[in-house]
Amino acid sequence: MTRVRVIQLAVVCGAILVLELLCRLGIIDRFTMIPPSEMLTALGHVVATASWFWGDVRYTLGNLVAAIALSVVGGFLVGLAVHAVPRLRRALDPIFTSYYSVPTFVLYPLLIVVFGIGPTSLIVLGALFGIVAMIVATVTAIDRVPPVLLKVARVSRLGRLRTALLMKLPAASPHLVTGLRLAVAYSVIGIIAGEFILSTEGIGRRVALAYNNFDNQTMYALLVLILGFAIVVNAALGSFEQALHRRWYRS
Amino acid sequence: MIKSALTREAAAPDAGALPDIHLALRGISHTYPARAGQGPVAALGPLDFEFRRGEFVAVVGPSGCGKSTLLEIIAGLVRPSAGAVEMDERAITGTVADEIGVVFQEDATFAWLNVWDNVAFGLRRAGTEQAEIVRRVDYALAFMGLTDFRRAYPAQLSGGMRQRVCIARTLVLRPRLILLDEPFGALDQQTRLLMGEELLRLWRETAATVMLITHALDEAALLSDRVAVMSARPGRLIEVVATGWPRERDSALVADPAFGALTARLWALLRDESRKALGVS
Repeated sequence: MTRVRVIQLAVVCGAILVLELLCRLGIIDRFTMIPPSEMLTALGHVVATASWFWGDVRYTLGNLVAAIALSVVGGFLVGLAVHAVPRLRRALDPIFTSYYSVPTFVLYPLLIVVFGIGPTSLIVLGALFGIVAMIVATVTAIDRVPPVLLKVARVSRLGRLRTALLMKLPAASPHLVTGLRLAVAYSVIGIIAGEFILSTEGIGRRVALAYNNFDNQTMYALLVLILGFAIVVNAALGSFEQALHRRWYRS
Repeated sequence: MIKSALTREAAAPDAGALPDIHLALRGISHTYPARAGQGPVAALGPLDFEFRRGEFVAVVGPSGCGKSTLLEIIAGLVRPSAGAVEMDERAITGTVADEIGVVFQEDATFAWLNVWDNVAFGLRRAGTEQAEIVRRVDYALAFMGLTDFRRAYPAQLSGGMRQRVCIARTLVLRPRLILLDEPFGALDQQTRLLMGEELLRLWRETAATVMLITHALDEAALLSDRVAVMSARPGRLIEVVATGWPRERDSALVADPAFGALTARLWALLRDESRKALGVS
């Protein structure tokens, strides 16, 4: 483990320890937050005893996978098209720049009207959260493909499709993974928050129910689960991104 | 003697049937169109030149004189504003001819492929049989001294080795005309000399016609049969200097008094043009 990783781990462990002490000493009352150690115990209890747990995990994960797939594949294809048509890029640039300053949740009632209450609305919402990050990352990544590689593609007489697949995609992949990380993060936010606001199933819905019923044990248990999932996925994608960068670049 | 995997003898037409002039540039000129805040830029020409089959020609000239534009016109990457490019008396203007191989100044290795796969890239795209790919790639790697690095990725190689990978990738396609755009521009002087010797070796082995674009007058004087000297922009040929070297030559030529005289002559031809290009009176 690198020195930086040790410091990062120490900071996180230190923060958890401080939180544990503040809760145990009553500085933070139990009605507001339970100690982190109890959160973990509660999570174990929920996993072992709650009949709804695995069903809701499957529901949320299913929505999440679909939303991520839509945002990543759709974002990549739209990004390719936007990069290929400079006028389209100029027209859409202001929208991309200001996209995340607009609360996308205002579209949720509209999505329910169009798709009804159910997973489709949630998946579209999650995909809408992630897709622009992927589009912007794709456009930026292709911008960074060294022009000499495109010359090599022309000298090798690759067509447009083969240039995109054999040259642009692999050459841009370290930067595309950055977009993938963002798209995953935004899709997780979209799906969990969507379930929280208006859904009949899912982990987000369970968090909302626990919150409304003052069931801190379940609520914090599920928050720990969501947080842990996000950290693990992000760390895995981060490692993959670093591995690509190490292979691609000398430094 | 091991038969070279880098030459085309088997597929080549009867050498006697081929014209002596391999490549001809007829009245080539190029003007870049106006861009925001800038009018049209006359980059090149008019320019006429003939490359004899199997000769090594270096092109020198001041910065911005259109050397790279000239190379891209020959390679078919840029269509000239006027004039024609002929190869074996066939018009190839604006088309990428399959008998031309190009090595660029910038690092053009594919970072996602190892050395072996980098070199095999063009052959795979061309649908060459696997056994033939293995034969040519292994030979090219041995020829360029890269066999021990066949499984390495470009990021693990030095700049000179990566440029050798690019040269090997071009060589396996057995081009009859090799265009080199300052391939050693980013290398130190010692490496340049050694790479120059390797270039001479592969030129003799492949019998290809070679056009080398370079800023380095000593490199041009050492490597080529003829040196084409270009004016400041728009680049035109101001003189073509025959070096008179034998085909079997290497970097030991730098000790020859004729080498110093040749380099001095090239500089004398270029000095005023370089001053013009820099805007110095």
